[in-house]
Amino acid sequence: MASDTQRILARAAREVIPGQIVNLGIGLPTRLFHYLPEEMEVLVHSENGVLGCRPRREGEAPDHDMIDSGGAYIATRPGASVFDSATSFAMIRRSRVDVTFMGAFEVDAAGNLANWKIPGKFSPGIGGAMELAQKVKRLVILCSHNDKHGNPKILARCRLPLTAAACVSRIITDKAVMDVSPAGLEAVEIAEGLSVAELRDATGARLAIDESRLGRF
Amino acid sequence: MTLLNRKVCDLETAVAAIPEGATIMVGGFGSPGTPFALLDALLESGQGGLTLIKNDANEPGIGIGRLIEAGRVRRLITSHLGLNRTAIEAMNAGSLEVSFHPQGLLAEKIRCAGAGHGGFLTDIGQGTEIAEGRREIEIDGRPWGIEPALHADVALIHAERADRYGNLIYRATASNFNPLMAMAADQVIAQAYRLDAPGELPIDSVHTPCAFVSRVVRVDRATSEQGVRPHGL
Repeated sequence: MASDTQRILARAAREVIPGQIVNLGIGLPTRLFHYLPEEMEVLVHSENGVLGCRPRREGEAPDHDMIDSGGAYIATRPGASVFDSATSFAMIRRSRVDVTFMGAFEVDAAGNLANWKIPGKFSPGIGGAMELAQKVKRLVILCSHNDKHGNPKILARCRLPLTAAACVSRIITDKAVMDVSPAGLEAVEIAEGLSVAELRDATGARLAIDESRLGRF
Repeated sequence: MTLLNRKVCDLETAVAAIPEGATIMVGGFGSPGTPFALLDALLESGQGGLTLIKNDANEPGIGIGRLIEAGRVRRLITSHLGLNRTAIEAMNAGSLEVSFHPQGLLAEKIRCAGAGHGGFLTDIGQGTEIAEGRREIEIDGRPWGIEPALHADVALIHAERADRYGNLIYRATASNFNPLMAMAADQVIAQAYRLDAPGELPIDSVHTPCAFVSRVVRVDRATSEQGVRPHGL
C-alpha cells in the first residue's frame, strides 16, 4: 500500500502538464522530481540558477558545481540553461514559472500560506519562498493534512507569519485535494477509504464539498 | 582600482588589505561558487568584527561557517541558514546578529548597488512582516516598497576561469550571487581554478568584465575539506 507521502506525490505529479516550467520547493516537493518521467518535456527551475534540471541517474558521477536549491547534486536535460540569482528571480517575479510546489506549516481558507517561520522555535530564514509564493502563476501546496500531534494544518485563518497572502491555488494532502476559491476551500478529491465526515473533522476550515462530483485518489 | 597588469597576487596578499570590521560580500549558494580558499585565507589572516553578506551560511566547519565558529563575524546578512545548525545556534544565543532578506530581494539589492543605483521599488513581501516599516511610494495608484541597494567594502568571488586582467567566467550553478557581488563592492577579490593570459578567454563568454575586479588569485580545486561534500537524493 502506498504511504501518505507517496499518495501525495503521485497525485501531485498529475498537476504537471508537458511544456511547463516547474519549480519544486525544498522538502517533500523536491521528491516530485522522481515522479516526472525523463522523456516528458518539462523544464524544472531551481532558484539557485538553473532551468532544466533532472535527478542524477544511478551511478552518474556528481558535478560539484551543479546543485538544486536544496543542495542536492543534480544534472541537466536538453534545453537547460544556467544563470545568476538576479536572472533566476526575475524569471520568478515576471511569472515565467508556470507552477511551483511547496510545503506548508499552515494554509488557510483565503489561500494564505505560512511556511517559513515559527516565532521562538524555527526561523532559518525565508530563502526564495516569498517570491515564489507571491509571483508564480499556480502554487500547489503539498503537505500532511495534520501535524504530528494531529492538529489541522488547513485552517480558517493562518496564525503563523505569512509567506504570502492569497497565493495558494490548490492543496494536496494525504486526505484530500482542495482548491482555493473566492468562497473558501472546496474539496475536489478525497483519499481512498476516508469519509467526508472524517475529512471535515480533520480540517480546521469549512470545506465546500459536492459529493456528487467528489473524486477519489 | 588596481591597474590591469598588477591584479594577480597570492591568497595571503589578497586578504591582507581587508580591514578589521569590514563589510564583505561572499559569493556562493551552498558550496558551489563559494570562494573557499579566500575564506580560509581570511580566517588565517585574523580580521574580526566582520559583517558578511552571503545567501546562506554554508555548512558547519566549512566556508563562512568557519569564520562564524571562530567568532569573527558580528553580523550576517543572508536569506537562509537551513544547512548550518551552528550558525542558527549562534544566532539564537545572540552572538551572531542575522538579517534575513527574501533571496530575490537580496540578489536585487546587490545587483542594484553593482549597477550604481541607490535602490529599487518592489511589491514583494507586501502584507507580510518583511514589509513592516518599509517606506512606500505610489506610482500610477499602486503602492511600491522602497528597497535600498546593498553595497560592500569587499567582495570575495569564485570563478572557474580568469585572465590576469580579471575577466571572469563562472561555471554551472557556481554562478549564483558571484557576478552580482563582483560589481557591488569597492574591492573585488576573485579566486579562479584557471588563470589565463589576456586573449585566451573567449571574449563573448566573459561573465564579469575585468573593469570590476581588483585582485585575481589562482587556487587549486576545492577539496572535500573545503566544502565538496556528499549530499542526498
